Amino acid sequence: MNWNSAAEFFAMGGYGLYVWGSYAVAAACMLIEPVLVVRRRRSALQAAANPS
Amino acid sequence: MSSSPTRLFTFAAPSRFYGLAGALTPWFWVAAIALSAAGLYIGFFVAPTDATQGEAYRIIFIHVPAAWVSMVLYMAMAFWAGIGWAFKARLASMVARAIAPTGAMFTFVALWSGAFWGKPTWGTWWVWDARLTSYLILLFLYLGYIALVEAIDDTRRADNAGALVALVGAINVPIIYFSVKWWNTLHQGATISATAAPKMASTMLTAMLLMTLACWAYAFAVVLTRTRAIILERERHTDWVATLARGGSKQ
Repeated sequence: MNWNSAAEFFAMGGYGLYVWGSYAVAAACMLIEPVLVVRRRRSALQAAANPS
Repeated sequence: MSSSPTRLFTFAAPSRFYGLAGALTPWFWVAAIALSAAGLYIGFFVAPTDATQGEAYRIIFIHVPAAWVSMVLYMAMAFWAGIGWAFKARLASMVARAIAPTGAMFTFVALWSGAFWGKPTWGTWWVWDARLTSYLILLFLYLGYIALVEAIDDTRRADNAGALVALVGAINVPIIYFSVKWWNTLHQGATISATAAPKMASTMLTAMLLMTLACWAYAFAVVLTRTRAIILERERHTDWVATLARGGSKQ
């Protein structure tokens, strides 16, 4: 185990900003993109169900 | 027709592919979640602190997988765009379009995490060296491809023009890969290669490979779902889509 406490884990040996800054943006991208793509398929299905 | 044996090309029909992709997607989501949980656990709790970079090196577990996947996705996008162009294969062109946003997203993640890694280790967020510059061009190629195909209303013309850009731009991928050998760059050389033993602890390598597989599972899940959306958009006047859409909650 690398960490003795949660605080130590979040501090990342003083590199917390850089490590968590990287992962936070990656996580945000990889959570938003699936939502957008699922919505796109759903709205395509609805558009096909109600042809104008 | 219906009695003909199932062949690989069966799934080149958008209607068949739609069902197949829908059946596979949940498994890719499960794999992405499980692999990233395992990869992050090993990366943060098992892999040791790096002797020279301290904890900052842990950015590698997202940076390198994102960079690998973004480059292979570009080649896949160019390949399918080219197939769609050369053989008038509609599904191939749709897959190429579905890959582009996900490839761009991974490229952005690799650039972002690279900047956040460069700052503490190199002392700068960005340098215009060969690796970073050629990789930034990859992002512009993705964005250029997307902008071009979205700007042309005629679907077939858009696909063909996009294929041309994607194929010409594919030359950039080997340039990125070899940039650290051909030029003096601030970016380090390859840590993993087919011809030499990896230059890192085995737990670090395990975490990185698990995260790479997680990114691949994610990419498959998202790209397949986007391909399904594109199929519905393009085939909305066909009988099978009308039947499917009226079916309501059905997949």
